[in-house]
Amino acid sequence: MTRVLSYLQAVGEALDQQMGLDPTVVVFGEDNIGGTGCDGTLGHAWGPTQGLHERYPDRVFDAPITEAAFVGAAVGAAATGLRPVADLLFIDFAGVAFDQILNQAAKLRYMAAGRAGAPLVLRAMWGTGMRRGAQHSQALYPLFAHIPGLKVVLPSSPADAKGLMAAAIQDPDPVVFFEHKMLYFTQGEVPEDPYVTPLGQAATVRAGRDCTVVALGRMVHVALEAAAELSAAGIECEVVDPRTISPLDTETIYASVRRTGHLVVVDEANPRCGAAADIAAQVAEHAFDALRGPVRMVTAPHTPTPFSPVLEDAYAPSAGQVVAAVRSTVPYAEQERAS
Amino acid sequence: MYRTMRTIRAFEERLHAEFADGAIPGAVHLYAGQEAIAAGVCSVLGAEDYVASTHRGHGHAIAKGCDVTAMMLEIYGKAGGVCGGKGGSMHIADFGRGMLGANGVAAGGVPLSAGAALSAKVRGTDQVSVAFVGDGGANQGAFAETLVLARVWNLPVVFVVEDNGYAQATGTRFHLDSRDVAPRAEAVGIPATVVDGYDVRAVRAAAAEAVERARAGGGPSLVDCKAFRFFGHMEGWDQQGYRGAGEVEQLRATHDCLVLHRDHLLAESEATEAELTAVDTEVAALIDTAVAAAVAAPEPDLSELLTDVYAPV
Repeated sequence: MTRVLSYLQAVGEALDQQMGLDPTVVVFGEDNIGGTGCDGTLGHAWGPTQGLHERYPDRVFDAPITEAAFVGAAVGAAATGLRPVADLLFIDFAGVAFDQILNQAAKLRYMAAGRAGAPLVLRAMWGTGMRRGAQHSQALYPLFAHIPGLKVVLPSSPADAKGLMAAAIQDPDPVVFFEHKMLYFTQGEVPEDPYVTPLGQAATVRAGRDCTVVALGRMVHVALEAAAELSAAGIECEVVDPRTISPLDTETIYASVRRTGHLVVVDEANPRCGAAADIAAQVAEHAFDALRGPVRMVTAPHTPTPFSPVLEDAYAPSAGQVVAAVRSTVPYAEQERAS
Repeated sequence: MYRTMRTIRAFEERLHAEFADGAIPGAVHLYAGQEAIAAGVCSVLGAEDYVASTHRGHGHAIAKGCDVTAMMLEIYGKAGGVCGGKGGSMHIADFGRGMLGANGVAAGGVPLSAGAALSAKVRGTDQVSVAFVGDGGANQGAFAETLVLARVWNLPVVFVVEDNGYAQATGTRFHLDSRDVAPRAEAVGIPATVVDGYDVRAVRAAAAEAVERARAGGGPSLVDCKAFRFFGHMEGWDQQGYRGAGEVEQLRATHDCLVLHRDHLLAESEATEAELTAVDTEVAALIDTAVAAAVAAPEPDLSELLTDVYAPV
């Protein structure tokens, strides 16, 4: 059965169901119970783990503000028989625990020649739009996708948030799970029973013949808004949501570009050495013959995220920028056809 | 414990010689001189218990029961090594023996050890986890944070500080201000003891108390062991010019934990000269066999370069 849930509720339902299915799943982080030693059960800053402690009292923990210790503990616990879901709150705090992510979790399987691994999930909020300033708004997924051994997940809808979280928990490798805080209260149809959305499979969220728009995270919604506007003008965009950027479903992207001949990548991360640059480069390397116009990237500028609402609104890519980018590449084909 | 200590000593002295001959690639950090700590601590652990180690991890691995030949192959970077030649000296791990790995990052293994302790607690076993950390690693944030986490979560973990006097080349006179690490644990409510790390019996007694506390649900402890290392921080790179003239020779003459233990066993009639010499002979043969196997072993297949990044699909 399918109901309408918020993205946040979908994450919470996945945690609950996977804990029910597998007694080795444990959940911890700051305020994951919330109120340990006090009254009340907050259930994470925004509530997705509310009630979990009542249902699984021995498997949900609050952690002190000790990111290096509890992320590292997730690695050690994962390597010795548990499937921990550790919650960093904001991905920006990964810096405090980066050794444990970069040097311990990501490299364990390789250094042990496959004789050990770290099946853990690192949950984290990310993204602009909430006026949280430069240390609570970053789109750091390219940093993690750069590191072999980590899987990096970016759900854009409630249904994907649930299915990808289930896949992340069941995955034998460390997964960094990026939850966009501006999507937390978006609603969508979500199946009630447990299900898994495989990692490494893109979704074509809109079909179209004229231009492929690859969009990441919240940018999927921005791309769809742009696609609707362009459709009214007779340009049909195909919008592809990779859903995970490591592993990246390049085949779906190449196949789409081969149909449309054009590529625009929309990414909220900084442009240098970023996810958009990587996708653009891979298409240029492997599907150059299919391109009938220049690849365009629409990204945030290469600056930290500003606080002022006016500045922050100008920072994240907009539908208008996506429309302009598509219009700037599609005419190459029209000129080609005319000549 | 004598056999363990002798095996570590022979393993490390042979590595020192082989490295000098150019037979071994990469960075090798030797444990010789600190054998009493690994042997004493691991003598009170079972096969199912965990240890997380440091840069200087060979001694912990041997004391935890890892195969000496497979370790030697690993250090030579050969196929058949305990990590298939992909780990090397600084990353020797053998999860089947509870050895969670040497670590290339100072204090990097300390949070892992807390995680293994959490795992034991959640799974309802009576396993105990030991985190070895050097005096240098004890200054890391990860160490301080893990003390807090272990206390708050009441984890069955024992922190064993191996204070060998130097963090690479920087003396504890400077970087610990000549202080012990133990009070840092006491400051967060973790019981701690300072132990003579040259005396394997003293280390064993302190470790036994800490492990027993952990196994009984009493939570974390710290054992702060004072010792010294025979060799430099890293083979080939370090001529130990920062140590006082004659310091190593003096300490070797008076504070060699293996000699002290041997003398004790003889003085207390717990072993005979002939018995101990027989152990020495067996260990020497074991090390010869391991080195010969490592020299003869094939290089890893080049296809191994790309495997084990992720679990097989």
